[in-house]
Amino acid sequence: MNVVATDLRQTVEDAAAHLYVWALKDIPQDLRDALVDAQQRETSVPGRRVLDTIVKNVQVADDRQNLVCQDTGIAVYTCRVGEHFPLHPARIYEALKAGTERATLEHPLRSNAVHTITRENTGPNTGYRLPIVHWEFVDDWDGLDVKCVPKGSGSENMSFLKMCVPADGVKGIKQFVLESIVGAGGKPCPPGIVGVGIGGSADYAMYLAKEAIARPIGTRNPDPHVARLEEELFGLLNETGIGPMGLGGDVTVLNCHIEHADTHMTLNPVAVNYQCWAARRATAHVSANGDVDFDREA
Amino acid sequence: MAKHEVTFPITDEAEILKLRAGDEVVVQGHIIGIRDRTQIRIFDEGQTPPMDLTGAFLLHTAPGVRKREDGGYDPVCIGTTTSARMVRFTEPLGAQYGVRAICGKGGFPDEAIEPMQRLGMVYFAIVGGAAALETTQIEEIEEVAWEELMPECLWRFRVKDFGPLTVGIDAHGGSLYHDVQAAAHKKLEELYARL
Repeated sequence: MNVVATDLRQTVEDAAAHLYVWALKDIPQDLRDALVDAQQRETSVPGRRVLDTIVKNVQVADDRQNLVCQDTGIAVYTCRVGEHFPLHPARIYEALKAGTERATLEHPLRSNAVHTITRENTGPNTGYRLPIVHWEFVDDWDGLDVKCVPKGSGSENMSFLKMCVPADGVKGIKQFVLESIVGAGGKPCPPGIVGVGIGGSADYAMYLAKEAIARPIGTRNPDPHVARLEEELFGLLNETGIGPMGLGGDVTVLNCHIEHADTHMTLNPVAVNYQCWAARRATAHVSANGDVDFDREA
Repeated sequence: MAKHEVTFPITDEAEILKLRAGDEVVVQGHIIGIRDRTQIRIFDEGQTPPMDLTGAFLLHTAPGVRKREDGGYDPVCIGTTTSARMVRFTEPLGAQYGVRAICGKGGFPDEAIEPMQRLGMVYFAIVGGAAALETTQIEEIEEVAWEELMPECLWRFRVKDFGPLTVGIDAHGGSLYHDVQAAAHKKLEELYARL
């Protein structure tokens, strides 16, 4: 058991080291398709210039095996751990941290992490409470999924929370999302994915907004009420005219995704988390015997 | 919307005055990389930058680089960061150091319009996130100062066909960002009425 667990810890570390760099270089097919679609739809001159450059940049990154964007973000992972997976989450965390450091030093990647008061660099993209890992535990399963979503700070800085009141209703939610995206203008590198979290609590609403941006583009929430709101906001956001990089145009967002949770009778929280056009995400599926499949479509 | 090619650093103000918001520009010559901490050191800590910024093109960047054995640096991935965080440095960069162009992504708020007009400066919009392409346009990292601020040092790059950039704010009081925001706020009123 100990021998297996040690090997599995190394497997998870190796997977994490590969996953981080791979996510930064090889963007998902649904994103590639969405960017080409945006390029074809855009009619403004500066907007078209931006989208032409974006599509060309994705090609250059492929050809030269370089990072799509220099901002490698801070490492954020979502782990789905099967109840029978034979490595404890404490060791999984340790392996993800070691893998992040190796990716940073071996590639090398820019070290973005700093102490939040002194602003001193803390080293290879790790530090106190970094990387950030969200956990989900799955019954009756012995596997592990590690999803890596390295998100640049330009779009993370464009995160917004409002504790609407119940009397604001769904209209209040829509207004807040619209005013947030107009206020953000070109700063979060539009056109991107607008993630919205509604319900739960203040902290959980923002977590849900972050979950929403990590979905494949254009997937819809299984709750039909929420899915309708996604469609409506997607249309409204593209009517604002903010356009690619905020220079004006038809395509302001690639899509709008919403995650929701039931909430207190007096609460109506709404969180907005913007994902820039370089919407990088990749997943490693690790089996109990140490096999790893890498997947950029999940 | 005209197309231009401009070589930096410039010596003739006419090179800046011919540019209008919305125009497309490709840049040649030398550009200087600068970021939050670099400008905090210059203006809040009062340290004179060890590079001449007269007529310069500044790029808001913190490059990903690889250090060579001879002490120099090779580009790994060089992209551009959000400019709005650094808008308060616009006026002193022009007035005290003669900077002529600032390039970044996401634009400057309206407070940059007046100093840029008064001092003959422009803001160039680059495509944020398009770093793989941008890296191919940087021929060489010629000089790095204040290395202890890595990666927020002062960098001098030699570039070839850097762009295409869009003139976001010109030296005549024109700003695409102002125009887009004004139209979007008007549109919001209409959208709210439909909700």
